[in-house]
Amino acid sequence: MSEPLLRVRDLQVEFGLARGTLRAVDGVSFDVYPGEALGLVGESGSGKTVALRALVGLLPRAARITGGTVEIDGVDVGAAGEGRRRELRGTTVSMIFQEPMTALNPVMKVGEQIAEQPLVRLGMSRRDARLRALELMRLVGIPDPERRVRAYPHELSGGMRQRVMIAIALSGNPRLILCDEPTTALDVTIQDQILKLLQKLQRELDVALVFVSHDLAVIAQTCRRLAVMYAGQVVETGAVADVFREPRHPYTLGLLRSVPDFDAVRETLSSIPGSPPDLASPPQGCRFHPRCPFVQTDCLAGAIPLLELGDGRAARCLHHDRVAADVRREPVIVSG
Amino acid sequence: MAEPLLELSGLHVHYELRGGLGRRLRGHAPEILRAVDGVDLTIVRGETLGLVGESGCGKSTLGRAIVGLCNPTSGTVTYGGETLTAKRERTRRRRIQMVFQDPYSSLNPRMTVRQTLAELLRAHRMVPKEAVEARCLELLDLVGLGPRALDAHPRQFSGGQRQRVAIARALALEPELLIADEPVSALDVSVQATVLNLLEELRDKLGLTMLLIAHNMAVVRHVSDRVAVMYLGRIVEEAPTDELFTNARHPYTQGLLRAVPRLVPGRVSEGAGVVGDPPSPVDLPTGCRFHPRCPIAQEPLCSTEDPALTGGDAHTAACHFAWSDRPAAHVPEVIQEAT
Repeated sequence: MSEPLLRVRDLQVEFGLARGTLRAVDGVSFDVYPGEALGLVGESGSGKTVALRALVGLLPRAARITGGTVEIDGVDVGAAGEGRRRELRGTTVSMIFQEPMTALNPVMKVGEQIAEQPLVRLGMSRRDARLRALELMRLVGIPDPERRVRAYPHELSGGMRQRVMIAIALSGNPRLILCDEPTTALDVTIQDQILKLLQKLQRELDVALVFVSHDLAVIAQTCRRLAVMYAGQVVETGAVADVFREPRHPYTLGLLRSVPDFDAVRETLSSIPGSPPDLASPPQGCRFHPRCPFVQTDCLAGAIPLLELGDGRAARCLHHDRVAADVRREPVIVSG
Repeated sequence: MAEPLLELSGLHVHYELRGGLGRRLRGHAPEILRAVDGVDLTIVRGETLGLVGESGCGKSTLGRAIVGLCNPTSGTVTYGGETLTAKRERTRRRRIQMVFQDPYSSLNPRMTVRQTLAELLRAHRMVPKEAVEARCLELLDLVGLGPRALDAHPRQFSGGQRQRVAIARALALEPELLIADEPVSALDVSVQATVLNLLEELRDKLGLTMLLIAHNMAVVRHVSDRVAVMYLGRIVEEAPTDELFTNARHPYTQGLLRAVPRLVPGRVSEGAGVVGDPPSPVDLPTGCRFHPRCPIAQEPLCSTEDPALTGGDAHTAACHFAWSDRPAAHVPEVIQEAT
């Protein structure tokens, strides 16, 4: 296999709060290879968005990276100067945000926003940049681009705005696009259109995607590999097909059993008892143990490492074989 | 057929938009937003009806018109044989209660749970004064919250717990019909299941009739007995849940179902379920409202004639081709591997 495009090792992000420091991301590692889609899934507060933002230095003011390395295309982002980092952002890596209305500039025509990067970063002439903007708008499926190029964001529907944002993300010819819940604010029909557009672009332009979402079905549809996050840590990773068929971490299992499956009607949904821990004082040992049905005394003894399970899979659970046995007894995905 | 509890007939809710100053000065007539535009719907006692559709289709307005939070422009809401208006007396108001989407904004942040519940119990004289406290505890127990919750403010609860308080508040008046407007969409995945299970459990225990308004098709399939699909202010299809999910007749329903992301990895249908954006409810398409986005529309029929809901007793659909055997209505699902 080729070299990874994105290599993240032991990433740590801390928030300095009045009541102490809170480690929102605690030792997260993953690789993304050219042209592949990796899903980062977790509930709110799991650290998935913070981890994603840390990759490109878009953290809120209270947060800072306190450890680990991020390499994009062989460049150590932490060691590189601000100038080099800027060069990476936009041309090698770009980002799509959840709320297009707050991410776009409300007083700038969308065509100008799309043309900005070709004009400034790629050094195109005004005319070429404008043509490039039209070409990108066509590529992301905006109908009637000659007219829409002069529209302001508020004149467009939510789906169209998200397409504009994707066009902006593509405008610097990046090789990696970071997507932060890009369809959460959209209707299911529009979400479907945007997801299919992203898949098409990934295939045709050979860009890699990191896809953050809380929606397991969205990840299943868009990504081949995933990392499940809980309380700031990756608790399970592997190919989506394998992890969904046979989860090896009790949290992944709990999530899969708690969502209503469109293809298979279950009698009752099981739920995960309790709520995620306060990261200012995480539980001793395994962070999931207070909510875990498989808990044993050894779970509390110390920090649990991410255990390699072969086939590119890993789970942060000492009792992953018991989880697997439970899944074999009662499959999570009934159909397929 | 069982006894109908609620009947909507020819229900319209229109909003007049004020429009810009220039528009008003020039004396143009105000634009009309047709949020609900001719809905006939029956809910039978004891059933759970799911109402689905895209945002802006009028599903929440329909719910609000039923509880009396907005006035219908025309048409009637008949409940247990009597016609209800938005302004209704206390005893009638009690019988239909609502749970809102966002438990962060639907609870008064300055009132404790005890105050919230006790105020209702007193105002509606649900129990004798001395029994108010006991009834509050009983209600909390019903939604799975301990007695400690009684003196807490909403900010001290998680999202799921707040939604439980909101459900307890709706149940305090012992309603017969509960309208749940997107009750879980603001909640985290693992918490959604507990709230859905609670709603189902309460429905069975208290014999509630329920109208579940939601956009998540998997949630609707899980909870409902019957489903109505709404598009631009109209019901376009209505059927028992299993029938709707396996044998949808309206191209919009078929598209909605194709658009749902599936848990089975690698199962992706080629092409979008429904193309384009929904048209504005201020400027509705002529003829069939779905024809600009419809894969099987035929000119000039679909752009001139508005199809009525047709079909049998249980399954109706508003499409000219709903019951013809046109194969084009069923776009084949292409299965391919995600990369």
